[in-house]
Amino acid sequence: MDSLSTLEKLEILADAAKYDASCASSGTAKKNSLGGKGIGSTEGMGICHAYAPDGRCISLLKILLTNHCIFDCHYCVNRKSSNVRRARFSPWEVADLTISFYRRNYIEGLFLSSGIVKSSNHTMEQMVEAARILREEHDFRGYIHLKTIPEADPELVYQAGLYADRVSINVELPTDSGLSRLAPDKNARQIEGAMGKVKSDIVEAKDAKKRFKNAPRFAPAGQSTQMIVGADAATDADIVGKASRLYDGFRLRRVYYSAFSPIPDASAVLPLKRPPLIREHRLYQSDWLMRFYGYRANEVIQATEKDGNLPLDIDPKLAWALKFREQFPLDVNRAPREQLLRVPGLGVTAVNRIIAARRHRSLRLDDVGKLTVSIAKVRPFICATDWRPTALTDRADLRNLLAPRQEQLELFAA
Amino acid sequence: MTVLARTEADTHYTVTLAEPDDFVFWREAARGLVQCAVPPERVGWVEPGGSGDLFATALAPENGALPAPPADAPDVRASKRFLTVARGAALHSDPQRFALLYRLLWRLQDNPRLMEDKSDGDVRYAEDLSKSVRRDSHKMHAFVRFREVEEDDGGTRYVAWFEPDHHILRANAGFFKRRFANMRWSILTPRSCIHWDGERMTQSPPASRKDAPDGDPTEELWRSYYASIFNPARLKVGAMMSEMPKKYWKNMPEAQLIPEMIAAAQSREAQMVDAGAIDHAPQPATLEALRCAIGTCSHCPISALGGEAVAGEGPRGAPLMILGEQPGDQEDVAGRPFVGPAGQLLDEYLIQAGIERERAYVTNAVKHFKFAQRGKRRIHQTPNAKEIDSCRWWVEAERAIVKPKLILALGASAARSVLGKTVSVTAARGAPIALPDGSELWVTVHPSYLLRLDGDARAEQAKLFAQDLSEVAKRIAMLG
Repeated sequence: MDSLSTLEKLEILADAAKYDASCASSGTAKKNSLGGKGIGSTEGMGICHAYAPDGRCISLLKILLTNHCIFDCHYCVNRKSSNVRRARFSPWEVADLTISFYRRNYIEGLFLSSGIVKSSNHTMEQMVEAARILREEHDFRGYIHLKTIPEADPELVYQAGLYADRVSINVELPTDSGLSRLAPDKNARQIEGAMGKVKSDIVEAKDAKKRFKNAPRFAPAGQSTQMIVGADAATDADIVGKASRLYDGFRLRRVYYSAFSPIPDASAVLPLKRPPLIREHRLYQSDWLMRFYGYRANEVIQATEKDGNLPLDIDPKLAWALKFREQFPLDVNRAPREQLLRVPGLGVTAVNRIIAARRHRSLRLDDVGKLTVSIAKVRPFICATDWRPTALTDRADLRNLLAPRQEQLELFAA
Repeated sequence: MTVLARTEADTHYTVTLAEPDDFVFWREAARGLVQCAVPPERVGWVEPGGSGDLFATALAPENGALPAPPADAPDVRASKRFLTVARGAALHSDPQRFALLYRLLWRLQDNPRLMEDKSDGDVRYAEDLSKSVRRDSHKMHAFVRFREVEEDDGGTRYVAWFEPDHHILRANAGFFKRRFANMRWSILTPRSCIHWDGERMTQSPPASRKDAPDGDPTEELWRSYYASIFNPARLKVGAMMSEMPKKYWKNMPEAQLIPEMIAAAQSREAQMVDAGAIDHAPQPATLEALRCAIGTCSHCPISALGGEAVAGEGPRGAPLMILGEQPGDQEDVAGRPFVGPAGQLLDEYLIQAGIERERAYVTNAVKHFKFAQRGKRRIHQTPNAKEIDSCRWWVEAERAIVKPKLILALGASAARSVLGKTVSVTAARGAPIALPDGSELWVTVHPSYLLRLDGDARAEQAKLFAQDLSEVAKRIAMLG
């Protein structure tokens, strides 16, 4: 196996990492390399150094330490029974590659994950070692995201948090039954236990940092997780409910959704079809509704259809508004912020602009038009000084008027 | 009105900036002009390389002869938001930017909260300028690509060629300094260049692409990373183009791969699907259809060995499903499961336990006989996990039709076929394992295991096997 060149190993281990959705490098503590011996900075805002044709941002060097694995999870290309080529990096190779990419401004840092070799503890040790080399030998001050292994010793997970900006543990599937069916070696309780431990470590470290200047940082960019959508029978309602419990229970920064992609050498228990990208998109929209628009999980679930899934042809906010028409129209000159945020077509920026502008004058429909992207979608749900939607809000065919044309969607809707 | 009296009503002033991004100079000039009450229509702003102000040529006094503000002039007021926006907008390449900012500053004196009115034309214009400068800066942080070159003193320098849309180079020097403080680096652009030697920042005149190095060995690694991290099953070219417009591509080593990656994506995706697919047909609904469909299965390599697929047999609705490993030599010839030596042994034990084979559905985890040819003999080979998993699709179809209440798995392969993971038979035997569909699984050894044993060991294992079967018989009676 050692006969593979760095290039070949990189190909295999990056290819194996591409099913992980997260590549964020934002929201961590500010660092720079002025006056030090090292290299790197993080300034709060993440930077996407490139975009792949799949529309995903490439911010970090996202690789596996190895794609050898003793687990046998059906949705995973690296599972024990899969016939893929295997490769393995040493912690030093990972660190050197990260630094040489970073110096050329290709990346913000490293996102290291791994298949499980020998044991969970051994693998976690190797990952922590790669992070340690970067931080201590190279004095690297860029971003590090470590995927931690729930089965590993909590002490090792704690070490990971000391070196990394963000740690994550994948819940993998939205329901426990899905997990036991598709990831027979994993255990939902163990995963949540590990997330709970990381949460309390983060809280503790933050508290210590307030009181002691030199207290060590622990995962300043928090923890996140990922769920695979479309590999099992879970509905959007199940998924949104699960995400909301995770946000509340473990104070996660993000829950990522990954539309299940057909993987080479797939297991026969999985659907083999185009990944449900539109569904993934709708779930992210619902995630936004909960994080930035003040919707509660049960309100998002109200927007789902009879089968428990969000409609694919319209976004969840519009779906909710169409179901609860009695709450509209809202007067843009009077309605409070949290209500305006519920108007389909008004984003956070537009609402802020409306609130700032209405201090100066009463807004007409035309003024609102200047502050938003499209007035057509907003019109049925608002009143302005010169505009009342009268019967428009209650029209039975309102959904058809507002939904984008169907034909475009069909291709991806499967 | 005293101020107005001191400036002539029709004098037109022109301010020439030394650098196109010199916001501080603009701020000082603009403050003085507002204090002298010079209205926006009578001020022209010229940047180096600009065409100047058409109205100003004849009327302007000598440059530098701007009126001195009167001692009693009121302070010039500007909101915080205006300063933020103006700092950004001043870097834009729009030649009208300084005039626009001056007009806003002028209007701010009467209406200090002007910047909050986002539906105002000037405010929106300035916000837009500032926004595109912010975007350009952000793209510069992202898309600058350094190439390593050796310097005369043996050290290394990292040199980049970048073409920004606006005058953002100097404003963003700090970002690169904070990040690469201990590297020597240079960023060359068609507007100007900056250099950092680890201690000092210097500036030099515009450069051209030829002045920048044309390659770096690490780019090959980077390109292969870029190509490998892309998932062809989720092509979203629009999303990529909006964030990484084509104009940046020419200076990014990885971007040359894009057209090829897009073109190959669909066929790569199809390959990914084919590589793992049985077929997308819905699972057969009757045992007869299933029997036909199994005959054509060629999903795993075993089917290529030349044997015939052996379907299960037994009634639909059978309470018990007996699942073996795979057909053997005689089963393959007869086309029926469990008719060889192991099958005969099984029959004996079933009778002993009081289980009627005819009322059970008997089948195998893998439908084809896997063997190695030794002369005239075909020697049994254990199927691997991948083969069992491929065939699991059939077993699930059989389970869906027959709907057994209890599945008896004979051996580890059969147990894997039901559970999806390999379990130890010794650990799992003797107790039911609940399955998600409400049925239950019992695991025991395969009868061929008994055939391979002799003497005491065989007697002991036979006893355990018989015990397992009698437990199963009791359980079935209980489940009805």
